[in-house]
Amino acid sequence: MSATENEEDSHGSLVINNKKLLMWLFLGSDCMFFGTLISTHLIYRKLYPESYDPLLVFDLELTSFSTFILLMSSFLMALAVSAMHKGELKSFRRNTIGVIFFGLIFLACQVYEFAHFTNEGLTLSTNTFGSTFYMMTGTHGVHVAIGVFWLLCLYFYSYSGKMDAHESAVDVEVAGLYWHFVDIVWIIIFTAVYLIEYIPGLH
Amino acid sequence: MSHTETEILTPSTTLAPEKHVLEPERSQLGFMRPDHSRSVIMDWLTTVDHKKIGIMYGAIALFFLLVGGVEALIIRTQLAIPENDLISAQRYNQLFTMHGTTMIFLAIMPLNAAFFNFLVPLQIGARDVAFPRINSFSLWAFVAGAIVINFGWVLQALQVMGLFEASGPTAGMTDLAPAMGWFGYAPLTGTNFTGAGTDFWIMGLQILGIASLSAAMNFVVTIVNMRAPGMKMMRMPVFTWMTLVVSLLIVFAFPAITIALGQLMFDRCFGTNFFVVAGGGQPILWQHLFWIFGHPEVYILVLPAMGIISEILPVFSKKPLFGYSIVVFSGAVIGFLGFAVWSHHMFTTGLGKVATAAFSLLTMAIAVPTGVKIFNWVGTLWGGRVRFSAPMIFSLGFVWMFMMGGFSGIMHSSAPADAQQQDSYFVIAHFHYVAIGGIFLAVVAGIYFWLPKMIGKMWKGNLSTWVAIFSTVGLNVTFFPMHFLGLLGMPRRTHTYLEGFGWETYNLVCTIGAYILAFGIFLLVVDIIRCFRKGEPAGNDPWDARTLEWATSSPPKVYNFAKTPIIPARDALWEDKYGPENRKVTYMDDHGHGIHMPSQSWMPFIAALGFIPVGLGMSLMQAGIPYMGYVAIFGLLVIGFGIALWAIEGPGGYHMHPEADAA
Ligand code: HEM
Ligand SMILES: [Cu+2]
Repeated sequence: MSATENEEDSHGSLVINNKKLLMWLFLGSDCMFFGTLISTHLIYRKLYPESYDPLLVFDLELTSFSTFILLMSSFLMALAVSAMHKGELKSFRRNTIGVIFFGLIFLACQVYEFAHFTNEGLTLSTNTFGSTFYMMTGTHGVHVAIGVFWLLCLYFYSYSGKMDAHESAVDVEVAGLYWHFVDIVWIIIFTAVYLIEYIPGLH
Repeated sequence: MSHTETEILTPSTTLAPEKHVLEPERSQLGFMRPDHSRSVIMDWLTTVDHKKIGIMYGAIALFFLLVGGVEALIIRTQLAIPENDLISAQRYNQLFTMHGTTMIFLAIMPLNAAFFNFLVPLQIGARDVAFPRINSFSLWAFVAGAIVINFGWVLQALQVMGLFEASGPTAGMTDLAPAMGWFGYAPLTGTNFTGAGTDFWIMGLQILGIASLSAAMNFVVTIVNMRAPGMKMMRMPVFTWMTLVVSLLIVFAFPAITIALGQLMFDRCFGTNFFVVAGGGQPILWQHLFWIFGHPEVYILVLPAMGIISEILPVFSKKPLFGYSIVVFSGAVIGFLGFAVWSHHMFTTGLGKVATAAFSLLTMAIAVPTGVKIFNWVGTLWGGRVRFSAPMIFSLGFVWMFMMGGFSGIMHSSAPADAQQQDSYFVIAHFHYVAIGGIFLAVVAGIYFWLPKMIGKMWKGNLSTWVAIFSTVGLNVTFFPMHFLGLLGMPRRTHTYLEGFGWETYNLVCTIGAYILAFGIFLLVVDIIRCFRKGEPAGNDPWDARTLEWATSSPPKVYNFAKTPIIPARDALWEDKYGPENRKVTYMDDHGHGIHMPSQSWMPFIAALGFIPVGLGMSLMQAGIPYMGYVAIFGLLVIGFGIALWAIEGPGGYHMHPEADAA
């Protein structure tokens, strides 16, 4: 994608690439976004323990499967980044397509889950559980979708012949940072929203 | 490293002989880049120059300062006498809501942004910010947000003329401009209490938030990465330091309000229950989320002001800032503690004893670094050769007036006292002393100090003295009596009051004060216009100043520094002028390479304008206008399209050779 703007104007003190630092800042900010969403969910869950039993709709097998898929996609992402660093375009493409494919599977699971929950009568407006659950997981899903789109762009760009070893490695690394972050957030959601419900006697 | 690539992207480097008549080149999209345009409008709309962007921020912010000021004057006129019926209660609610929102988000924040933009790259010896196109995007997204948030007035005017009637989700509601207060407390923001005005407010603030976040991230990267060689962190001017702290505050504080606004939007548009009491929603949650953002926000507003003061006092005392590292450190501490005091806005909601005591203590603690700064400023003046030029007069006013606001702040940091003061005019007095006596005076000081640098013209005459007299007298006459009004029990946000509570005289005095203050601001505008029209050339360094921005020409060239400076010490220019030989600023040799300039671009402008249909579409949908959902989707497509082309076109850039040009 775009070359680092104005990079050559920075002098001396450059310890971390501009784009990478920008991504780290975005991720720091994004932590606060998800922190707010997840805590809203947990606060309402604790406030109204009896109002809804998520175990009526949760399907632990399916969600564990999609969590595993997302974890594996992170693994492939790491391979793609390292391939790009070595300038191995072929291996970069192979791994990136893998990440995209896994990301799509994750999204499909989420679409299925949302449809299933809605059929069971849990919608945005049913109760506070519905509101917080859909908004939080939906925001995460949008993050995954953006990531998939971004990687698709990088994938096709790799055929343009304009990728250069140094700059594009940074671009891919930045996308990788984003992808790993989205993955980590999901691990937290999976634990704090799904798994926690299976602790006996919690509510 | 990326030189090779830039060379490929910029064939203009090979246009050897006539470097000063550069022709626009094609971007990777195949379009002509809007560089070197002869059309002034096109040049400003597509500019990526931090100085032009800063000037636009400043001009738009001054406009909104006047808008907010007029709103305030109408409010004060309504309150001048008891049982006045100049405006209806609803109009009154809209005016104070939009007054607060305008002043905070459309006047003070962008005025600060104007200084960040203009000064930071100059102060650290950089060519531009780290991401010039993101910078242009932030500016135009701010403009889009400002339009969306104020659009309610248009609809309201149509409604008053009988041309428009809300239907759909907000059928029957007559408030089409925001009317629920600048902090939008739930459940007042629900569809059963307020109309489409609330939607304009939600969408507008959301867009402004995106603008602030992207600008803040850009500035952190700029300050961390773009410093000239030798410009170590502890050599940076205090203003740049405060910009860094404020940017980090924005990065970490804005998400809370973004999510809260998102939840509120879902409540209003898609039937969720976050703050809807009937569905189990908790209005108190909104208060927490709002103030987790809201208190850091007040430091986002005031820390740049403190930075400005820390630049001006040393210049006009002919002394280095007293305790530089302490000032920097206490600024950072204020920023950090600012995240831990939000509940002092909620003492009367019944947080519980422990929480109340903790937040009370933390709020008192934050006064310590603030006080430290005040002592450092006084220490800077002490024994200095003080010159009472315009910037200095306003800076001294700041120190004194800000302290007054701090005192009342300390008073309501004590929870039992706050139980009396909360929601009364006492709070109004408090935050207007910090906002006008503090931030506004500092910004005016900054304008008097840096405008000659920005436009290259020096102030004429001493109208500034009258500006200072009218604005400080006006602000004290307006806001000092409000302390008494508050303690006498006058609640804030009442559209009128009865006779016989002992409030009449105070209110009348406040109103008179407001007009005095307004006259002061009017004189300021006159003075600025006069400086533009009649000012003499300012020269590079009219104030005998200390920091690097004064080493550039006035106004600075597009490329800021012809050669990258190497910074030997803090107060670089001062050392260069008066310091020992080994502390002179030296310049890097560019080996004939010239200066790499980023290309201008339409894409940030287009992407940012996409926010207007998104914001207006969502809000008008709530007012029952058909097909508006599609307009919002169209806006989203415009944003996506703009960003995609932005990525594909590439940053481009061209080279300039100042010496060759001069020759
Ligand atoms: C020594 C520093 C300060 C302290 C201890 C302090 C403390 C407080 C407290 C306790 C309140 C809550 C009053 C209530 O609602 O009952 C308050 C309100 C407020 N403060 Fe400060 N403050 C300080 C500085 C500032 C600064 C620098 C600003 C910057 C603009 C500011 C802006 C505000 C605003 C806007 C409110 C009103 C909130 C509302 O609408 O009710 N304060 N302050
Ligand atoms: Cu506060």
